[in-house]
Amino acid sequence: MKAALYAALLGALLSLPWWCGGVYYINLASQILIAAMFAMSLNLLVGYAGLTSLGHAGYLGLSAYASGWLMVNLGWGHFAAAAAALCGATVMAALFGLIALRATGISFLMITLALGQILWGIAYRWTSVTGGDNGISGLTRPSPFGLDLGNADTFYFFTLTVFLLVWRLVAIWVRSPFGASIRGTKDQPRRMSTLGYNVWLVRWITFVVSGFLGAVAGLMYVYYHQFISPHSLSLANSAEMLLMVIAGGAGTLSGPVVGAALVVLLKNVASVYIDRWVMLLGFVFIFIVMFVPGGIVAGVGRLLRSRSLGRALSGEPAAATGAERAGKAP
Amino acid sequence: MSFWFIQSLNSLALGGVLFTLAAGFSLIFGLMRIANLSHGAYFMFGAYIGLNVLDRGHGFTLAVLAAGLGVGLLGAIVERVVLRRLAGNSLSQVLATLGVAFVIADSSLWFWGGDPRPVSPPELLSGGVQMFGLTFPLYRLAVLVFSALIAIGLWLLLDKTRLGVMIRASVDDRQMAQGIGVPASRLFTIVFCLGTALAGIGGVIAAPILSVYPGLDADMLPLALVVVILGGLGSLAGAFVGSFVIGFIYSFGQVLFPDLAYIILFLPMVVILAVRPRGLFGRIDA
Amino acid sequence: MSAIVEVSGLCKSFGGLQITRSVDLSVQQGERHLLIGPNGAGKTTLFNLIAGDLAPSSGSITLMGHKVTHLSTAARAQLGLARTFQIVTLFGRDNLLHNVKLALLGKSRLRWRQWGAFDHEQALSRRALEVLGSVGLSEKAYLPLEQTSYGEKRRLEIAMALAQNPRVLLLDEPLAGLSSEERETITALLGTINKDITILMIEHDMEIALAFADRITLLHDGAVILAGTRREVVDDPRTREIYLGH
Repeated sequence: MKAALYAALLGALLSLPWWCGGVYYINLASQILIAAMFAMSLNLLVGYAGLTSLGHAGYLGLSAYASGWLMVNLGWGHFAAAAAALCGATVMAALFGLIALRATGISFLMITLALGQILWGIAYRWTSVTGGDNGISGLTRPSPFGLDLGNADTFYFFTLTVFLLVWRLVAIWVRSPFGASIRGTKDQPRRMSTLGYNVWLVRWITFVVSGFLGAVAGLMYVYYHQFISPHSLSLANSAEMLLMVIAGGAGTLSGPVVGAALVVLLKNVASVYIDRWVMLLGFVFIFIVMFVPGGIVAGVGRLLRSRSLGRALSGEPAAATGAERAGKAP
Repeated sequence: MSFWFIQSLNSLALGGVLFTLAAGFSLIFGLMRIANLSHGAYFMFGAYIGLNVLDRGHGFTLAVLAAGLGVGLLGAIVERVVLRRLAGNSLSQVLATLGVAFVIADSSLWFWGGDPRPVSPPELLSGGVQMFGLTFPLYRLAVLVFSALIAIGLWLLLDKTRLGVMIRASVDDRQMAQGIGVPASRLFTIVFCLGTALAGIGGVIAAPILSVYPGLDADMLPLALVVVILGGLGSLAGAFVGSFVIGFIYSFGQVLFPDLAYIILFLPMVVILAVRPRGLFGRIDA
Repeated sequence: MSAIVEVSGLCKSFGGLQITRSVDLSVQQGERHLLIGPNGAGKTTLFNLIAGDLAPSSGSITLMGHKVTHLSTAARAQLGLARTFQIVTLFGRDNLLHNVKLALLGKSRLRWRQWGAFDHEQALSRRALEVLGSVGLSEKAYLPLEQTSYGEKRRLEIAMALAQNPRVLLLDEPLAGLSSEERETITALLGTINKDITILMIEHDMEIALAFADRITLLHDGAVILAGTRREVVDDPRTREIYLGH
């Protein structure tokens, strides 16, 4: 059942330019995929390691500004700039991890917020390097294998390829023995120590990988927009990413993707019909936090698993007991 | 020379504003263990309410009162409808306040539009005061005095009243306090109300200095956090000292090292959280 | 023969409060050593110090010949220490098999591997089933934890500790909160544990604990009041005094 669903989705994604209705929507799809990559990277920390961060947009900024600056000021090519940006951002993630992991819980949240603010402050104030509020513009998209990424379709497929690669890597990683240990440190850190796991190291590695993937998404972001400004690193942006993860379903593979789609669609599509899409997003988020803490994915899962719905779909008489309806906790 | 004096007054005024903001945050965290990420939004909402009152031609005093009451009421509603349902789950509560921040911020945008609105100080307090051969803006002095009054008021509340005793007991040892019959849920609502009302009042007071604009909430929240972390969570004295320290760092930093202003502000916060999570005076580990 | 667990002059204070006062403890290999004392005597604190969850204010701890006083909990576990907790601390979102697999994984180099589905680790799963079998839980292997009884959870805890292939096992009130039937099951289980494994146990059920113990240490107010063989401690008048008041 699940495999069929994924196959159908993959088919839809691969054929998207032909059914979605125009360049605007193709670009929207690209944006969703990029947002999904951010959310997936943050989810490694929030959903799998149990470390809620409010500074993740910092990695977007680090890699976007680094690659942009290298290309504009030193004339570096895309590949070299991208490699340098990823290296730099990963090193920063390693450093930040050393600092942030001295705390857990709310303190961790505040340290990551502060670190994110420091990066934002640098982007905003160090005008000579970052261009200040104006940011860095006039950036170009790469031409891997000679492809013209200026074309919306081509860029979409490029993004889809990167997205599927990231998805696959993340899926393999969280299902691995190391991935099992990450999840273990979220549920019972003390028990994990007693079992011989180096909980700090497991968390730190997760922190670094999360930053690295965030930086990858940052590159895609700057290639798409061809522009980077301090706003992209703002607290509001970090908060939005966190919203995507929690609303979609932290600790699941598909949750962050669903959450990303929700936010991007609200921002771009709903905003045409509803002026107050931010308020709507806020309310939806509050609702999910209060009543469906496992996110949309968990909520839908519970709905599908509920006997009464299943019976209704297959035409049998409904007779579910309360216990059956309770199902498994997310 | 005059530069130092004027900047010092600016720092003190900013410190005063930060105190009204941080005191509320610290109270809420100290009692309810909720890091209220919508605190900046309440500040901004209060500023807008005050602006609304002023636009209609009423006086500054009414503006301050309206902001305090309006935001306090809003806080009470949020606490009862949302936060209470999530009691016991700190992370969920923090996330919920994040959602609330989005809602309040967008509401402000909806009601009052996107243009930044400068606000003039009340006539009585505009103009300058001659001291030591310099002219000091009277309003900033007034802000300083007002925030000092609030600080004294809060201190009296916490130290001399029964409510204050209950609050302090609950901050120090929540279970013990409940054990001796302190009505936790009513206390929570009162404190949340008070905390948010303080933020709202702070917003109006700050309006002639900072003006009112969308995004004010996102600018103020990190400052509140820095103050509270520096001064120590749950400590009003800490919030007081921290506010003025940060007021000085921010004001002078902006002028002397504009490029590094943010780093100067947030690096200490990082260091403190990493090294001494209790801050200067705190009794609770963050 | 040198002790496998050697605690010397161990002290721990919190703020101004002294929880552990200059404790000396010596456990020989293969011994079943019981730690008793009234509530608040500092028994669990002592366990936490030996296990590495707490750092001592002074004194030393030697495990299996290694000086572990400043070693982390995880490092001590790698040396061969295992423990159960007073309050059940299991992975509530997973089934029993997964819980045991995590315990097995902790001592294996496999835990650093970043690929290859953990759920499909056949060798690990087989081994985990064996371990569950040794505590009589193999039919429940695929049940989610929330569908097991408290007694079964306690058994699972012991299973996980045994899965670590420990040389020293710390059991913190393994019988707490169990029905008499469950107590029998667990007591029998404890009896089957290999003599290679040294056991240090905190337990309040005197009947079972005394039958189990080779040597006993009596703790009161953070200090060792007396230590000796079962007979010596049971017969000593100080034991009655401490438990029954003056």
